[in-house]
Order: sequence, then C-alpha cells, then structure tokens
Amino acid sequence: MNKSNVSKTVLKTMNGRVESHVHQAGSGPPVVFLHGAGGPTWDPFLDDLAEHFTVYAPSLPGTEGDPDAVREIRGLWELMLHYYELFDQLGLNSPAVIGHSFGGMLAAELASTNPERVSKLVLISSIGLWRDEQPVEDWMRLTPDKLIPLCFYEPEGKVATEIFKMPEDKIERQDEEIRRSWSLACSAAFIWPIPEKGLTRRIHRVKAPGFIVWGKQDGLVPPIYANDFKNLLPNSEVLIVDKAAHVPQLERQDLVSPAVIKFLNQ
Amino acid sequence: MKVSMFHLMPHRELPQDFEKRYDSVWVTPPWAELADPVRVGQYYNWTLDELEFGAQMGFDGICVNEHHQNAYGFMPSPNIMASALARNTKDTAIVVMGSTLPTNPPQRIAEEYAMLDGISGGRLVAGMPLGSSCDVNWCYGITPIEQRERFREAHDLIIEAWTRKDVFAFNGKYNQLRYVNTWPKPIQQPHPPIWVPGTGSKSTVDWVAERDYCYCFLSYFGSKFAKKNVDKYWERLDELGKDANPYRLGFLQLVLVAETDAKAEEQYFEHVKYFYEKSLHTPLHFFMAPGHIDHSSLVKATRAGGYGIPADLAAQRKDWKFQDYIDNRFIVAGSPESVKQQLEDVIKDLNCGNLMALMHLGSMPHELTKKNIQIFGEEVLPKIRNIWDDQGWENHWWPQGAKRAEETITA
Repeated sequence: MNKSNVSKTVLKTMNGRVESHVHQAGSGPPVVFLHGAGGPTWDPFLDDLAEHFTVYAPSLPGTEGDPDAVREIRGLWELMLHYYELFDQLGLNSPAVIGHSFGGMLAAELASTNPERVSKLVLISSIGLWRDEQPVEDWMRLTPDKLIPLCFYEPEGKVATEIFKMPEDKIERQDEEIRRSWSLACSAAFIWPIPEKGLTRRIHRVKAPGFIVWGKQDGLVPPIYANDFKNLLPNSEVLIVDKAAHVPQLERQDLVSPAVIKFLNQ
Repeated sequence: MKVSMFHLMPHRELPQDFEKRYDSVWVTPPWAELADPVRVGQYYNWTLDELEFGAQMGFDGICVNEHHQNAYGFMPSPNIMASALARNTKDTAIVVMGSTLPTNPPQRIAEEYAMLDGISGGRLVAGMPLGSSCDVNWCYGITPIEQRERFREAHDLIIEAWTRKDVFAFNGKYNQLRYVNTWPKPIQQPHPPIWVPGTGSKSTVDWVAERDYCYCFLSYFGSKFAKKNVDKYWERLDELGKDANPYRLGFLQLVLVAETDAKAEEQYFEHVKYFYEKSLHTPLHFFMAPGHIDHSSLVKATRAGGYGIPADLAAQRKDWKFQDYIDNRFIVAGSPESVKQQLEDVIKDLNCGNLMALMHLGSMPHELTKKNIQIFGEEVLPKIRNIWDDQGWENHWWPQGAKRAEETITA
C-alpha cells in the first residue's frame, strides 16, 4: 500500500533499443532513486521522500517490461550513457541521486563518470568496493533462509516479512519468483562475479556532496565499507544506524528518512 | 547403434561423512582437506586405463568431458585425456564432450580439436558444450547472462576457423581477432561431427535441432526423467521437417553388469549410493546462477516447477533399494540379459542411436570397473549393437576415421 500517487512512464534510450520504466511521485526538487539487485520496488522510504521531492525511480533495464533490454547495454560504460539519456528525457540536468546497494554503486559511478550530472549523492549500504579480508557477501548463492538474517536486524520483523512475502496464488507466486531471479540476472550482468568494477579509480572525480548511510548490523556489506566510501569522498558525511542491517532506510525509516531529507534540503 | 563408454574421472575415496561435512561436491570442496595429488595421479591413470580397456572390449567410442573444482569429475582439460587416448587406440571414436565453449578461447578449441583429429586419424567427435553454471559462472567467472551468447559466437568462430580457406578477421562481441588462420585444420571434412550436450533447456534443444547436430541428453537420472525433454527434441525436429534418425540423439546411461542380478546388487549397490549421495552432492543454487538460463527458459522452468534436477526424485530416493534405482530407471543394472533388456527399452523409448554408457561410478575400484566393462563388452554389446540396423539409418554424426571393421565386431 503506497501513500503516494505513483505514476509510471515507459521511455526508450540508446537509440530506441532499451526500454526503461520510471516510477514517479511527489513534487519539488528532483531526486532519483536507484534500486538494489533484488529489483524495483516502491516502498515507504520513497513515500517519505515524495512528500518533499519529485522522486524518480527508474528500473534497471530488463527488470521490468522487456526482459532482454539489459542485453542491449554493453557494460557499465553504456549503462551510464543509458542513465544520462534517461535524465535528459526526464528533463533532469543535475538531480540528487540516491542508490541502495547495487543502485549505490551505479549512483557513485554516475557521479564519477560525469560529475556535472549529479548534484547530491546518497549511498545506502552501497556495493562497489572490495576488501579481500572482509569481502562483500555473495548474495547470489544465498537462499532466503540464509539471506534474510544478513539483510535484516530483525529477520522475522515486519520489514523483512513484507519484502519476502510471496503471493498465495500459484501463478502470481511463480511470477514473483521469475521477477526476483531475473532482477538478479540483470544486475549480475554488471557485477558478476565480484561487485567491484574499478570505482576507486574514478570516484575522485565526484563533485557532489555525499551522504553515506549504513546499518550497523549489515551482514551483506559490512559497515567498514561506509568508512571506505567516506575516505574516498572527502566531502561527505556518514550515518551509521543501530538496529538495522542491509536495508536501514526501511528498518530504521524513523531515523534514515529525516536524515536523508535534511541532507537533500541543505 | 553406436555405444561409447563415458568416464567422469571422479574422486574415488571421499570420506564417509562427506555430504554431511561439506556443502558441495562442486565449486567449493576444499582440495587441501579432501585430496592428495599423488593419489589423484593414480585416478587419472586408472581412468585412462579403463577407457582404453573399453576400446579393447569393443566400445565404438570413448568419451571424456570437462568439469572444474568438482570432486565427481575433474578433467579440467578433456583434450589432455583425449590426446593420450588417441595414441593408444586405433579405430575407436574419441568423443570429447567437450571443451567448454564460453570459457576456452574459441581459436584454441579449433586448434586443439584439429590436433586431436589429426593424431587420431579423423576419429574425433567435437563436443560443443555450453557448460554448466557451476563450471562457467561460479568457477570461471563468466557473467551468466552472457553465457549463451558467448557459446553461439564461439561456435560460429570455430566453424569458420575450420572451414574457411582464407585468412579472415572475426569481429565478434566477445572475440575480436584480426587474423584467423587456424593451424592445423581437421582431417574430417567439412569438420568433425558436432555433438552438443544438454539437460533439456529449450534454447539449446532448438539451437541443435536447427543445425542438424547430435543432441546429447546428459543426466544421471535415467530415461524416465529424460523422456519428456527428449520428446520435445523430436517434436522440434518434426516441426522443422527433419527426420527421426536415432543417431541425432546421444544419451548418457549408468550401466552396471555382473554375472547375475543378485551379484550386481551385491557388488554395485554401495557405489550407486556413493554416486548419488556424495558425487551428486551439489546445492541447487550452483546449477542456477541468475541469468544462466534465458528469460523464456526461466519462465518455462518455473511454471514446470523447477529446472533440470528433479527435486522430488532426490527426496524420494533417500530410502531407495537397489531395485528402486532400476525400476525408476536411474541405473541399468543386473545380469547381462537384464541389462540387455533394460537398455533395449531405454534405446527404443528415447529413439537413441548414440548411447553413452557410464561404466564407472564414484567409488568403484579399478578391477571391478574392468569387470563391468568386460562383461558388458562380451555379453551385452554384441546383442544391442544391431538394434537400428533394420531401419537403414545412416549415422552422419560418427567420425569418418573411426572405422571399426564390422567383421571384427561380430566375430
């Protein structure tokens, strides 16, 4: 159940080859939200943002609509071009960009590749960096029973249950399984087999002020990566929230929403 | 009918509690805890000896394959095995099932297969596997969603490298080569027969059917499980207006033969259990990296309740007796007469012309394996060899140089 009145636009980028679905709600200054590897969702955190901003939530090509749209994008470089074209079509010159997990890596890449196109950068539990001694967990091989305790401070709490809830109807349940599996396939196209593709070599180019948000109990991307991002982004601040794992914007929506809104309004 | 002997080159001595102590036989079994290089050298030599013995006992072909980080079969380079076999056999087909296309440089496959064809005098079957998700995605790091596209591009490059007479440029998405000029080229013209292994994915079935290659259904769960998928292959061929030549199909079957049915159970049951419980101890996620199968196959598999591995069968077989494995057609086993009858059923049920018999399972000792091969060669092979003869099909998928004289077979 969404509070916001969310509309959807289908756009085509890359000379018409790539179909892209953009969800939009709210009014005010533009904010782009890039979802994680699990695929697009509209959640209460975005509702909070939509009370202050115009929120654009594009789906990674392939994860919604034409499943093969992802095949029309060769590598991260073309994925960046796709998003800039999307910004152009939406009339966004230099929006604030928020990315969660896989989307965080994309947000950081967008701000690094063309620093003029991202005015503020919010990274929530972002991938994109790598430590041999504390690797990012390999979520692609984890079944829900192993994945959920790493992603949620309260594995049986309301937030976790809501996200991993499966429809009762057989066909709808299969649709959901297909959607999840294919969303992982589409994100894997850019990060397999290790989610580190050279961001550290480019991130010095970022001009946007940064806000780095992490759950203290993140079992997927350990919080030490928040410090690593802080060190790479001198003009940034860090918020570590207790009693939250990989999805702090939902598990600690009470803290994260106001903090992000405050940062974006600064 | 052509009957080849398949070998996986497995670890033969996994610990008793292997499947309880370790997550997987594939991708992550720790070498340092489980294997010894000197002992493994012995496994390789036993494997080669057993395959050569198969050739002596009358098998038409001998098969090797490629797997990585896998205690149920670790011939990372099947071509190394095949080259030793090519030297020590004379008229047997060397069936390499095969060098995995998305992970080996395609020009290297073209070269090595041509070398094998040359050394063997035109006896090579050129297997062209897409490769499992375990090997290709998890062990070799290939992006799952790219796997099929890489496979197809590699295939096109290899065929061009073998058949074109000019030096040419290949401007692919994954392979850019300014000068393709493969030395050597294969003896067989226009190129060695191509066999493509699969486990039923629709995109592979269609791709093979369209190209008139031999589709090899490789699974360890027998003909009952395979039937539905194999039938789809024949239906697809029919739609394309192609004949039902049984030599279009290869099928892998576990075969265990002894003097009597009772002796077969007594000798082989522990090895059957080792094979299904230890050798096949792999969690589902390693077979299914996201994107390993394309979207349409994913939809079909999900609607059908799963992909590849029959999960309900795996659960059922926990308490199976030897006879249950036979009744469910996972294995063909028993006296020579029983084995002959079971194989006839399998062959006719699937319309299979190129049978691949797996004669060694997991923990089977060398001498017992040789005995299995010998009884099969002497008492079963001569009786199934002529199954398709009355129909007059030609095996276009058999290597031109593997001309075992008919008289030596029947003698």
